[in-house]
Amino acid sequence: MLYDIFIDPFVQMYQMPDFFLQVLWEGFVAGILYALIALGFVLIFKASGVFNFAQGIMVVFAGLTLVGLHENGVPAYLALLLTIGVMGVLAYSVERVVMRPLVNQPDIILLMATIGLTYFLIGFGEFVFGGEPKQMITQELGLPTGSTAFEFGERGLVILQHIDIAAAVIAVIMVASLGIFFNKTRIGRALRAVADDHQAALSVGISLNQIWAIVWFAAGLVALATGIMWGARSDVSFALEIVAFKALPVLILGGFTSIPGAIVGGLIIGFGEKIGELYWGGLVGGGIESWLAYIIALIFLLFRPQGLFGEKIIERV
Amino acid sequence: MFYREAGQFKTSYQADQALMPIRQDRIGLAAILLIAFVAIPFFANDFFLTSIMIPFLVFSLAAIGLNVLTGFCGQLSLGTGAFMGVGAYAAYKLTTIFPDANVILMVLLSGVFSAGVGAIFGLPSLRIKGLYLAVTTLAAQFFLEWCFIRIGWLYNYNASGAIEIPHREAFGVVVSGAESSPLVRYFIVLTITVGIAMLMANVLRGRIGRSWMMIRDMDIAAELMGIRPLQTKLLAFAVSSYICGVAGAMMVFFWLNAAEPSSYSIQLSFQVLFMVILGGLGSLAGAFMGAAFIWILPVFLKFIPGVLGFDVAAEAVEHVTFMIVGALIIFFLIVEPHGFARLWQIGKQKLRVWPFPY
Amino acid sequence: MNALVSEKELSPAAAGAPAAGEELLRVDNVSLSFGGVKAITNISFDILEGEIRAIIGPNGAGKTSMLNVINGFYHPQEGTITWQGKVRRKMKPYEAASNGIARTFQNVALFKGMTTLDNIMSGRSLKMHKNFFWQMLWRGPAEAEEIEHRKKVEDIIDFLEIQAIRKTPVGRLPYGLQKRVELGRALAMEPDLLLLDEPMAGMNLEEKEDMSRFIIDVNQEFGTTIALIEHDMGVVMDLSDRVVVLDYGKKIADGPPEEVQASQAVIDAYLGVSH
Repeated sequence: MLYDIFIDPFVQMYQMPDFFLQVLWEGFVAGILYALIALGFVLIFKASGVFNFAQGIMVVFAGLTLVGLHENGVPAYLALLLTIGVMGVLAYSVERVVMRPLVNQPDIILLMATIGLTYFLIGFGEFVFGGEPKQMITQELGLPTGSTAFEFGERGLVILQHIDIAAAVIAVIMVASLGIFFNKTRIGRALRAVADDHQAALSVGISLNQIWAIVWFAAGLVALATGIMWGARSDVSFALEIVAFKALPVLILGGFTSIPGAIVGGLIIGFGEKIGELYWGGLVGGGIESWLAYIIALIFLLFRPQGLFGEKIIERV
Repeated sequence: MFYREAGQFKTSYQADQALMPIRQDRIGLAAILLIAFVAIPFFANDFFLTSIMIPFLVFSLAAIGLNVLTGFCGQLSLGTGAFMGVGAYAAYKLTTIFPDANVILMVLLSGVFSAGVGAIFGLPSLRIKGLYLAVTTLAAQFFLEWCFIRIGWLYNYNASGAIEIPHREAFGVVVSGAESSPLVRYFIVLTITVGIAMLMANVLRGRIGRSWMMIRDMDIAAELMGIRPLQTKLLAFAVSSYICGVAGAMMVFFWLNAAEPSSYSIQLSFQVLFMVILGGLGSLAGAFMGAAFIWILPVFLKFIPGVLGFDVAAEAVEHVTFMIVGALIIFFLIVEPHGFARLWQIGKQKLRVWPFPY
Repeated sequence: MNALVSEKELSPAAAGAPAAGEELLRVDNVSLSFGGVKAITNISFDILEGEIRAIIGPNGAGKTSMLNVINGFYHPQEGTITWQGKVRRKMKPYEAASNGIARTFQNVALFKGMTTLDNIMSGRSLKMHKNFFWQMLWRGPAEAEEIEHRKKVEDIIDFLEIQAIRKTPVGRLPYGLQKRVELGRALAMEPDLLLLDEPMAGMNLEEKEDMSRFIIDVNQEFGTTIALIEHDMGVVMDLSDRVVVLDYGKKIADGPPEEVQASQAVIDAYLGVSH
């Protein structure tokens, strides 16, 4: 028993390095996708203190809108543009209808409001586009398909899906441009001011409403990109919502307000989950992917309550 | 005019700290209990009992359980569904192992197991606070759900993976299984729910309830006044999970007859949380109001198109129901973030001064 | 003040009438730092039974940190604290509370969702013991206990003259009254040592006078030892028996008010000195 837990998995890793590398790659890709969802959470939490439970559903909703438009005869690129427009409208209405009347309410009320939004979007998406899973329009959007196999060692093979590589590249571009946007532009500076202190930001003439609409739109764009990447790996359906919960332990690890935290946290969860499932999961009957991420985050948090990049919290009275 | 407390003087502390110091409130509660115990059993048909009243009461109890933890002790939990599941599976195992024991007793006993599990998952609350804690309770939710699926012993290795409630008798009456009468089940559920609600009302107004609220309002000050944070929070987790566990056991024993792991999924956690928030955090009456709203509204919406004569596909109705429920939740949060309980209080205040505005 | 219970009942210190001036608490060479920032450096002083001890100093001098050390919220890296003649080990805040140390806070730290009555009742938590089972039943022991403590609390409410706001949620009270309720909550603990962190911050003259009177009454009638932080020099000089002055985490003066007032180091600290 002890051998199975502490030694055997490492022996396997050593004996089959190609399989181990494949696992690492899978973990990397999953981690990137978790990080992207977490990124959407972080954007909104930073600017408004709202823990946006609807981020997961926004991913599905964006993907569904894109595919749904294309199914109804809209060319792929036009559909993409229209979907961006839809996300803009969504951001504006959320700000106008939900955020603005609820400003200054306690965290839990805002959290509940976003869960209410989740219900609404599920109902709306299924009502308009139907509930059955759909195929992502990968080729029509000009995204690469197929895969490359690398020979490794004597007879091992590591297979990389092209779409995964594209996902990683797009994620990097997205994080970089968000970084530039935050640090170099006027709106970015206003955004950081709002994140620090709402009232002080208001008093120097920053419009909270405008900033919130912008971050929700940015989160919507991130959701769209995530939806495309994820949809290409499986199907677009509301079952993805449950996977979106995986972004939550990522947030715990990285902290609710840190963009680098979201990335690193995503990768840790991605790697940890895949390695744990494939090397240790069999010992307890498999399927531990559904909760392993939470337990990793929980144990981590017990030792470092401030998260990966947070400063040590000094309580004051 | 009818709701005035003028002329009702209290001459002892005992009378002043009674649960309902105002006479009209006491009359109101007595009337509600009379309706629940006498009028409804007398007039209601089976559909009303099984589809509306029993689930409403089960959910009310679950909402009370979560309210103890979130509304009174300030610890946000998203694992309610799983704790209810622990109660259900524990009661199922208990009645399998002791087939001759009184099943009502087994249901009440099952809460002890969920209380234990709840206390274990409450341990991190000492170091983790607020939304971070909420996310860690998801660990409980997903881990326990996985246990319900993977550990065959819990469901007696049924091929279906679901638990099916066997035929059981108590006091010479069939109380569970397919043949039991809705009326009997209704009485059991009603008695347990009302009983626990009253006991909790007592706990919440005394020392223990106060210590929970101290932790909720200002945990540092509470600690500096001699409250031990870990014990207090763990007690809240245990009591809350006990109540949720009993609610979960009643859900399968006296309402659904059978349950699979997905019955106790995160959706259930959200549903109960909505009841607590919309009803009003920190209010027992609110738990009942929230449960009524969240459970009865969708049932009601399902029948509207038929009544109006529209022929709409059942699927579309379901989608629209989702939309409406989501929108209404946001609407009520905007109108009154403190929930129906606060609306009720405001209404009472208006009654008190009626016909004058102030 | 005939509304009060006899002093004996409320304060063991007065009842036993020990030789006034016995040492209640002593702080020896205490240092506290957060990371690289030194909040308190090598401070020693004592608090005698029955006195009003003031701790003063400019902003950021480490006064509140000192109180936090005394009631166990911060743990100093160096130095010892002697409480009632025994060197205290590292203790949790709730242990300090059960040892008889109560306090109020610089920024009011009341339980916002509860009424005035409940807030003051919460000060009795340590003295109530009926368990969960009796609490559930209510009728009987739990109710009797509740009423017994309610009587004590009503005495405090009378003493502080806040009868009218008994059933008001404290979140709705004006600042001055909140401070008063907070004092009541601390008094309900019947402490041996009462720490007051800026009890008069943000008050107008009349409220300050009221508060001063309450503090003196608490000290003289119940015999409670008081350590207080305050910025209003007039109040400090009038109320306190002895004063400790801190500046940049160091002790610069210690003694009776008049002596401290005349000290050159204190004048420099408050008025600044040309280097």
